[in-house]
Amino acid sequence: MSADAESDGPADTVRHISGTGVPVRGNDIDTDQIIPARFMKVVTFDGLGQFSFFDQRFGDDDEEKAHSFNEDRFRDSSVLVVNANFGCGSSREHAPQALMRWGIDALVGESFAEIFAGNCLALGIPTVTADSETIEALQAWVDENPDGDIDVDVEAETVTYGETTVEVEVDDAQRKALVEGVWDTTALMKSNKNAVRETAESLPYVETDD
Amino acid sequence: MSEGTLYDKVWDRHAVAELPTGQTQLFVGLHLIHEVTSPQAFGMLRERDMEVAYPELTHATVDHIVPTADQSRPYGDDAAEEMMAELEENVREAGIEFSDPTTGNQGIVHVIGPEQGITQPGKTIVCGDSHTSTHGAFGSLAFGIGTSQIRDVLATGCVAMEKQKVRKIEVTGELSEGVEAKDIILEVIRRLGTDGGVGYVYEYAGEAIESLDIEGRMSICNMSIEGGARAGYVNPDETTYEWLAETDEFADDPEKFERLKPYWESIRSEDDAEYDDVVVVDGDELEPTVTWGTTPGQGVGVTQPIPAPEELPEEKQDTARMSQKHMGVDPGDTMEGYDIDVAFLGSCTNARLPDLRRAAKIVEGREVHPDVRAMVVPGSQRVQEQAEKEGLADVFREAGFDWRNAGCSMCLGMNEDQLEGDEACASSSNRNFIGRQGSKDGRTVLMNPQMVAAAAIEGKVTDVRNLSEVTTV
Ligand code: SF4
Repeated sequence: MSADAESDGPADTVRHISGTGVPVRGNDIDTDQIIPARFMKVVTFDGLGQFSFFDQRFGDDDEEKAHSFNEDRFRDSSVLVVNANFGCGSSREHAPQALMRWGIDALVGESFAEIFAGNCLALGIPTVTADSETIEALQAWVDENPDGDIDVDVEAETVTYGETTVEVEVDDAQRKALVEGVWDTTALMKSNKNAVRETAESLPYVETDD
Repeated sequence: MSEGTLYDKVWDRHAVAELPTGQTQLFVGLHLIHEVTSPQAFGMLRERDMEVAYPELTHATVDHIVPTADQSRPYGDDAAEEMMAELEENVREAGIEFSDPTTGNQGIVHVIGPEQGITQPGKTIVCGDSHTSTHGAFGSLAFGIGTSQIRDVLATGCVAMEKQKVRKIEVTGELSEGVEAKDIILEVIRRLGTDGGVGYVYEYAGEAIESLDIEGRMSICNMSIEGGARAGYVNPDETTYEWLAETDEFADDPEKFERLKPYWESIRSEDDAEYDDVVVVDGDELEPTVTWGTTPGQGVGVTQPIPAPEELPEEKQDTARMSQKHMGVDPGDTMEGYDIDVAFLGSCTNARLPDLRRAAKIVEGREVHPDVRAMVVPGSQRVQEQAEKEGLADVFREAGFDWRNAGCSMCLGMNEDQLEGDEACASSSNRNFIGRQGSKDGRTVLMNPQMVAAAAIEGKVTDVRNLSEVTTV
């Protein structure tokens, strides 16, 4: 799929995503872990991918630590499988941007922090959820089958790997946005210009220039 | 579904349209921007050949990367200089008001909005910063957004959102000596969890909230996001109106104040409003709270034992074990006596005047412990100026604190103010995540500003109630 949020015109539809998986284990993995703040001193998102999980992956003298993102067998993975409350913390879009630029097209997890999930959606990246047992089973499978394809079907709300298909949950708005290709909200909202002006004029505190 | 709450009312007033996604297109009354999350959004706008729709409803400041010592330009750090220059260019092009350091109005975005009076009850306020929830203290509906949403707001004056549920958090009783707003919110997050608020907006109510000053309410709303809630608010009341009357917006324009006040009163939650959930916290029971771990939900009363991971809900146990290892603490011990190397008094949670006044009372006539590096970073240039006028700066300096210029500073370590190695920091900020303060081995202990002052003096986590001069809020 292409997740080019900057493209003009109607956004692409994202019905399902296939690719190999990569597990990142642990609850409450916050955005400071996904992309440490010192890498945010940039004015574009280009090149952020290599800094994904940087402090988890490298020690003080840049020596590699054990982390799935350091493992060659996961280097081409596009489906990130995580546990609970992934992406909590700051609203930085740098976090999903870094993951996207590393190659992640979809996330499957037990739960996601809300702003993080919203930021993913704005990039056309689904964040689908399932209970902890389902997730742990999937993580174990990915570990055993780094070359095995996972199919995340956003429309049908299922994830298929090997011979197994499991039900997952996709937030209604997210599902609709991805499946119908309406996750590019700028164009949608711009078309309601008159209604925007009416709302603005009805608010006692708004003094606009137009 | 909630009904008749401030959230419902403000939402309805700002709803422009239903989008095909099922989300609501919500009009944004105030868009605050800063240097870290806005440049990419301006870039996206340029690529699409779009203009800023409502520059007059947009306000900029610089806070995250701004150096807090030498602020002469160009900044010593090239990356910081580049971000600042980019912001200057963007606001100039779009005609957006910019509280830059030369104006005397610069500061942390969540401090300057309120002090300039542009944060008002019944406004929808967004910013590419999760602590935008702070502005809810005024009865605004304020939430953090991502960069693509910033692009949306710049281009359309609107944001696409799903309506949330409303949880009323009623804090009863009276806070005792040494206990502050910060302790209320740390207790709320401890109890409900860092993800307990996902899908909710928090309405803070009850005697203990009503008797707080506006700054205390800001500390509470600020950390709503640490509890997973995208926004938090307090209904506007006389405390709110008194503050507003003295701000730039209204001090010289009492007519405008009178014109808007009926609107502010109209959006208060009804007495018979319906909530999706109600939680009651007994304010009488609270004591100064500190964190023992690496999430803001891992808090404990300063005299209480650190919990064993096994006592916690199952899904919290692994994180707790990892946190305790990182912090080097043992279950059963108290945090009292935990050695600290750095004391940081700053951030949008607790770097406003009343915070500094209370901390200064503790510090006055005492000295910072010889092994501690202590700094005060005021939330804004105005706070800084006033604190200098009142003599607070001298009190801190004489005690051995470093008195710095306004900015985010060591709250997130994007400028030169950072922890080194495994230094432990008593911090008045809002996040104790690993790596948050600039060193991945750094250890952060969150606490209220009086407690930070006490820790700075004693060189270890200290129950401030055992020192004299403790302020009851
Ligand atoms: S002070 Fe800290 S929490 Fe507040 S805006 Fe700055 S970095 Fe964010």
